Amino acid sequence: MATATLSKKGNTLTVRLECEIDHHTAKDIRERIDRSLDSERPGELILDFSKVSFMDSSGIGLIIGRVERASSIGAAVTVTGASGMIRKLLSMSGIEKLKSLRIV
Amino acid sequence: MKRIVNEMKLRLPARSQNESVCRSAISAFCSELDPTVEELGDIRLAVSEAVTNAIVHAYRELPMGEVGYVYISARLYDTREVSVEISDNGCGIENVDEAMKPAFTTGSSDRCGMGFLVMENFTDQLTVRSKVGRGTTVLMRKFLKP
Ligand SMILES: Nc1ncnc2c1ncn2[C@@H]1O[C@H](COP(=O)(O)OP(=O)(O)OP(=O)(O)O)[C@@H](O)[C@H]1O
Ligand SMILES: [Mg+2]
Repeated sequence: MATATLSKKGNTLTVRLECEIDHHTAKDIRERIDRSLDSERPGELILDFSKVSFMDSSGIGLIIGRVERASSIGAAVTVTGASGMIRKLLSMSGIEKLKSLRIV
Repeated sequence: MKRIVNEMKLRLPARSQNESVCRSAISAFCSELDPTVEELGDIRLAVSEAVTNAIVHAYRELPMGEVGYVYISARLYDTREVSVEISDNGCGIENVDEAMKPAFTTGSSDRCGMGFLVMENFTDQLTVRSKVGRGTTVLMRKFLKP
Protein backbone atom coordinates (compact mmCIF):
# COMPACT_ATOMS: atom_id res chain seq x y z
CA MET A 1 0.00 0.00 0.00
CA ALA A 2 1.29 3.44 -0.95
CA THR A 3 1.91 5.71 2.01
CA ALA A 4 3.23 8.86 0.42
CA THR A 5 4.32 10.43 -2.86
CA LEU A 6 7.53 12.44 -2.84
CA SER A 7 8.43 14.99 -5.47
CA LYS A 8 11.18 17.57 -5.81
CA LYS A 9 10.69 20.84 -7.62
CA GLY A 10 13.42 23.44 -7.49
CA ASN A 11 14.59 23.63 -3.94
CA THR A 12 11.40 22.18 -2.45
CA LEU A 13 10.70 18.60 -1.47
CA THR A 14 6.97 17.93 -1.31
CA VAL A 15 5.57 14.89 0.46
CA ARG A 16 1.95 14.10 -0.25
CA LEU A 17 0.83 11.78 2.52
CA GLU A 18 -1.70 9.26 1.34
CA CYS A 19 -2.60 6.92 4.17
CA GLU A 20 -3.82 6.77 7.74
CA ILE A 21 -0.85 7.82 9.86
CA ASP A 22 -0.22 5.59 12.84
CA HIS A 23 2.77 3.88 14.44
CA HIS A 24 2.65 1.16 11.78
CA THR A 25 2.64 3.37 8.68
CA ALA A 26 4.83 6.13 10.15
CA LYS A 27 7.93 3.94 9.93
CA ASP A 28 7.87 3.68 6.14
CA ILE A 29 6.98 7.35 5.69
CA ARG A 30 9.78 8.43 8.05
CA GLU A 31 12.38 6.32 6.28
CA ARG A 32 11.39 7.56 2.83
CA ILE A 33 11.40 11.23 3.84
CA ASP A 34 14.75 10.93 5.62
CA ARG A 35 16.35 9.16 2.67
CA SER A 36 15.13 11.92 0.39
CA LEU A 37 16.28 14.69 2.76
CA ASP A 38 19.74 13.13 2.78
CA SER A 39 20.04 12.72 -0.98
CA GLU A 40 18.17 15.82 -2.20
CA ARG A 41 19.16 18.31 0.51
CA PRO A 42 16.18 20.62 -0.16
CA GLY A 43 15.78 24.09 1.34
CA GLU A 44 12.14 23.47 2.11
CA LEU A 45 10.11 20.42 3.05
CA ILE A 46 6.35 20.50 2.51
CA LEU A 47 4.21 17.90 4.26
CA ASP A 48 0.80 17.81 2.61
CA PHE A 49 -1.90 16.26 4.81
CA SER A 50 -4.88 16.93 2.54
CA LYS A 51 -5.30 13.22 1.72
CA VAL A 52 -4.90 12.04 5.32
CA SER A 53 -8.14 10.83 6.89
CA PHE A 54 -6.63 9.69 10.19
CA MET A 55 -3.62 10.52 12.29
CA ASP A 56 -2.68 9.84 15.92
CA SER A 57 0.24 10.95 18.10
CA SER A 58 2.57 8.95 15.86
CA GLY A 59 1.97 11.70 13.29
CA ILE A 60 3.01 14.37 15.79
CA GLY A 61 6.21 12.43 16.44
CA LEU A 62 6.72 12.09 12.69
CA ILE A 63 6.46 15.86 12.17
CA ILE A 64 8.69 16.78 15.13
CA GLY A 65 11.35 14.32 13.98
CA ARG A 66 11.29 15.67 10.41
CA VAL A 67 11.51 19.28 11.65
CA GLU A 68 14.65 18.30 13.56
CA ARG A 69 16.15 16.44 10.60
CA ALA A 70 15.31 19.27 8.20
CA SER A 71 16.75 21.91 10.57
CA SER A 72 20.03 20.04 10.67
CA ILE A 73 20.43 20.61 6.92
CA GLY A 74 19.04 24.13 7.10
CA ALA A 75 15.60 23.34 5.66
CA ALA A 76 12.30 24.72 6.92
CA VAL A 77 9.16 22.60 7.17
CA THR A 78 5.65 23.56 6.10
CA VAL A 79 2.55 21.54 6.97
CA THR A 80 -0.38 22.02 4.60
CA GLY A 81 -3.87 20.61 4.17
CA ALA A 82 -4.44 19.58 7.80
CA SER A 83 -8.19 19.35 8.37
CA GLY A 84 -10.45 19.32 11.45
CA MET A 85 -9.23 16.54 13.67
CA ILE A 86 -5.60 16.75 12.60
CA ARG A 87 -5.60 20.49 13.32
CA LYS A 88 -7.00 19.78 16.76
CA LEU A 89 -4.16 17.33 17.36
CA LEU A 90 -1.54 19.78 16.13
CA SER A 91 -2.67 22.58 18.41
CA MET A 92 -3.02 20.22 21.38
CA SER A 93 0.58 19.08 20.98
CA GLY A 94 2.02 22.60 21.10
CA ILE A 95 3.92 21.77 17.91
CA GLU A 96 2.86 25.14 16.46
CA LYS A 97 5.49 26.81 18.62
CA LEU A 98 8.39 25.14 16.82
CA LYS A 99 10.51 27.83 15.16
CA SER A 100 11.28 26.17 11.83
CA LEU A 101 7.74 24.83 11.36
CA ARG A 102 4.98 26.65 9.55
CA ILE A 103 1.39 25.40 9.52
CA VAL A 104 -0.78 26.83 6.76
CA MET B 1 -30.28 1.43 35.31
CA LYS B 2 -28.40 1.51 32.04
CA ARG B 3 -28.67 -1.58 29.89
CA ILE B 4 -26.11 -3.16 27.60
CA VAL B 5 -27.07 -2.97 23.93
CA ASN B 6 -24.11 -4.85 22.53
CA GLU B 7 -20.67 -6.09 23.56
CA MET B 8 -17.49 -7.19 21.85
CA LYS B 9 -14.26 -8.85 22.90
CA LEU B 10 -11.13 -8.99 20.78
CA ARG B 11 -7.75 -10.56 21.33
CA LEU B 12 -5.00 -9.68 18.91
CA PRO B 13 -1.24 -10.26 18.84
CA ALA B 14 0.67 -7.07 19.64
CA ARG B 15 1.74 -6.41 16.04
CA SER B 16 1.63 -2.94 14.53
CA GLN B 17 -0.56 -4.19 11.66
CA ASN B 18 -3.34 -4.58 14.22
CA GLU B 19 -3.52 -0.86 15.02
CA SER B 20 -5.72 -0.24 11.99
CA VAL B 21 -7.61 -3.49 12.58
CA CYS B 22 -8.64 -2.21 16.03
CA ARG B 23 -9.77 1.13 14.60
CA SER B 24 -11.91 -0.59 11.97
CA ALA B 25 -13.40 -2.97 14.53
CA ILE B 26 -14.37 -0.24 17.00
CA SER B 27 -15.87 1.89 14.21
CA ALA B 28 -18.06 -0.94 13.00
CA PHE B 29 -19.05 -1.83 16.54
CA CYS B 30 -20.12 1.74 17.47
CA SER B 31 -22.05 2.42 14.28
CA GLU B 32 -25.22 0.93 15.76
CA LEU B 33 -25.55 4.02 17.99
CA ASP B 34 -25.20 6.36 15.00
CA PRO B 35 -22.38 8.51 16.36
CA THR B 36 -21.50 11.72 14.53
CA VAL B 37 -18.44 11.68 12.30
CA GLU B 38 -16.63 13.67 14.97
CA GLU B 39 -17.62 11.36 17.82
CA LEU B 40 -16.53 8.32 15.84
CA GLY B 41 -13.24 10.02 14.97
CA ASP B 42 -12.62 10.74 18.65
CA ILE B 43 -13.23 7.11 19.63
CA ARG B 44 -11.05 5.76 16.82
CA LEU B 45 -8.25 8.08 17.86
CA ALA B 46 -8.39 7.27 21.58
CA VAL B 47 -8.54 3.52 20.91
CA SER B 48 -5.64 3.81 18.46
CA GLU B 49 -3.50 5.51 21.15
CA ALA B 50 -4.20 2.87 23.80
CA VAL B 51 -3.69 -0.06 21.42
CA THR B 52 -0.47 1.47 20.08
CA ASN B 53 0.84 1.83 23.62
CA ALA B 54 0.20 -1.85 24.28
CA ILE B 55 2.02 -2.71 21.04
CA VAL B 56 4.94 -0.29 21.46
CA HIS B 57 5.58 -0.33 25.20
CA ALA B 58 3.93 -3.22 27.03
CA TYR B 59 5.97 -6.06 25.56
CA ARG B 60 9.30 -4.30 25.07
CA GLU B 61 10.95 -6.71 27.53
CA LEU B 62 9.69 -9.87 25.84
CA PRO B 63 12.43 -12.07 24.38
CA MET B 64 12.69 -12.01 20.57
CA GLY B 65 10.25 -14.35 18.90
CA GLU B 66 7.67 -14.21 21.69
CA VAL B 67 4.52 -12.23 21.14
CA GLY B 68 2.15 -10.62 23.62
CA TYR B 69 -1.53 -9.90 23.17
CA VAL B 70 -3.75 -6.85 23.23
CA TYR B 71 -7.26 -7.30 24.61
CA ILE B 72 -10.17 -5.06 23.75
CA SER B 73 -13.49 -5.24 25.47
CA ALA B 74 -16.17 -2.82 24.33
CA ARG B 75 -19.76 -2.16 25.32
CA LEU B 76 -22.61 -0.04 24.06
CA TYR B 77 -25.30 1.05 26.52
CA ASP B 78 -28.86 2.23 25.90
CA THR B 79 -27.83 5.54 27.50
CA ARG B 80 -25.66 6.11 24.38
CA GLU B 81 -22.52 5.39 26.31
CA VAL B 82 -19.59 3.65 24.65
CA SER B 83 -17.06 2.04 26.96
CA VAL B 84 -13.83 0.50 25.76
CA GLU B 85 -11.25 -1.31 27.84
CA ILE B 86 -7.82 -1.93 26.32
CA SER B 87 -5.49 -4.15 28.28
CA ASP B 88 -2.25 -6.06 28.05
CA ASN B 89 -0.22 -8.49 30.16
CA GLY B 90 2.95 -6.55 29.62
CA CYS B 91 5.58 -4.84 31.76
CA GLY B 92 3.22 -2.36 33.40
CA ILE B 93 3.85 1.28 34.29
CA GLU B 94 5.83 2.18 37.39
CA ASN B 95 4.34 5.63 37.93
CA VAL B 96 1.06 6.18 36.10
CA ASP B 97 0.68 9.86 37.08
CA GLU B 98 4.11 10.64 35.69
CA ALA B 99 3.52 8.56 32.53
CA MET B 100 0.33 10.51 31.83
CA LYS B 101 2.07 13.89 31.86
CA PRO B 102 2.39 15.42 28.40
CA ALA B 103 5.80 14.86 26.80
CA PHE B 104 6.70 12.04 29.18
CA THR B 105 7.98 9.09 27.19
CA THR B 106 10.24 6.11 27.66
CA GLY B 107 10.04 5.43 23.94
CA SER B 108 12.42 6.14 21.07
CA SER B 109 12.85 9.56 19.47
CA ASP B 110 9.84 8.79 17.24
CA ARG B 111 7.51 9.01 20.23
CA CYS B 112 6.50 12.33 21.72
CA GLY B 113 4.64 11.41 24.90
CA MET B 114 1.26 12.70 23.71
CA GLY B 115 -0.77 9.48 23.74
CA PHE B 116 -2.38 9.81 27.18
CA LEU B 117 -3.05 13.52 26.63
CA VAL B 118 -4.86 12.65 23.39
CA MET B 119 -6.90 9.93 25.14
CA GLU B 120 -7.90 12.37 27.89
CA ASN B 121 -8.88 15.08 25.43
CA PHE B 122 -10.89 12.92 23.07
CA THR B 123 -12.89 10.86 25.57
CA ASP B 124 -15.21 11.81 28.45
CA GLN B 125 -13.60 9.61 31.07
CA LEU B 126 -10.26 7.87 31.27
CA THR B 127 -8.99 5.47 33.92
CA VAL B 128 -5.58 3.85 33.83
CA ARG B 129 -4.65 0.95 36.08
CA SER B 130 -1.26 -0.67 35.91
CA LYS B 131 0.88 -3.08 37.83
CA VAL B 132 4.57 -3.56 37.17
CA GLY B 133 5.20 -7.02 35.77
CA ARG B 134 1.47 -7.70 35.34
CA GLY B 135 0.16 -5.29 32.75
CA THR B 136 -1.92 -2.23 32.05
CA THR B 137 -5.63 -1.57 31.60
CA VAL B 138 -7.01 1.62 30.08
CA LEU B 139 -10.74 2.22 30.44
CA MET B 140 -12.32 4.93 28.36
CA ARG B 141 -15.88 6.17 28.19
CA LYS B 142 -17.55 8.32 25.61
CA PHE B 143 -21.07 9.70 26.03
CA LEU B 144 -22.65 10.23 22.63
CA LYS B 145 -24.98 13.16 22.03
CA PRO B 146 -28.66 12.25 22.12
N1 LIG C 1 0.49 -0.31 27.90
C1 LIG C 1 1.62 0.19 28.41
N2 LIG C 1 2.57 -0.61 28.94
C2 LIG C 1 3.73 -0.12 29.44
N3 LIG C 1 4.04 1.20 29.46
C3 LIG C 1 3.14 2.06 28.94
C4 LIG C 1 1.90 1.62 28.38
N4 LIG C 1 1.21 2.71 27.97
C5 LIG C 1 1.98 3.77 28.24
N5 LIG C 1 3.14 3.40 28.83
C6 LIG C 1 4.21 4.30 29.31
O1 LIG C 1 3.68 5.63 29.38
C7 LIG C 1 4.46 6.53 28.57
C8 LIG C 1 3.57 7.61 28.02
O2 LIG C 1 2.63 7.09 27.09
P1 LIG C 1 2.06 8.07 25.96
O3 LIG C 1 1.15 7.27 25.08
O4 LIG C 1 1.48 9.28 26.60
O5 LIG C 1 3.36 8.52 25.18
P2 LIG C 1 4.29 7.65 24.19
O6 LIG C 1 3.60 6.40 23.80
O7 LIG C 1 5.62 7.50 24.83
O8 LIG C 1 4.42 8.61 22.92
P3 LIG C 1 3.28 8.85 21.80
O9 LIG C 1 2.02 8.22 22.26
O10 LIG C 1 3.16 10.34 21.71
O11 LIG C 1 3.81 8.24 20.57
C9 LIG C 1 5.13 5.63 27.56
O12 LIG C 1 6.32 6.20 27.05
C10 LIG C 1 5.41 4.37 28.38
O13 LIG C 1 6.55 4.53 29.20
MG1 LIG D 1 1.63 6.39 23.12
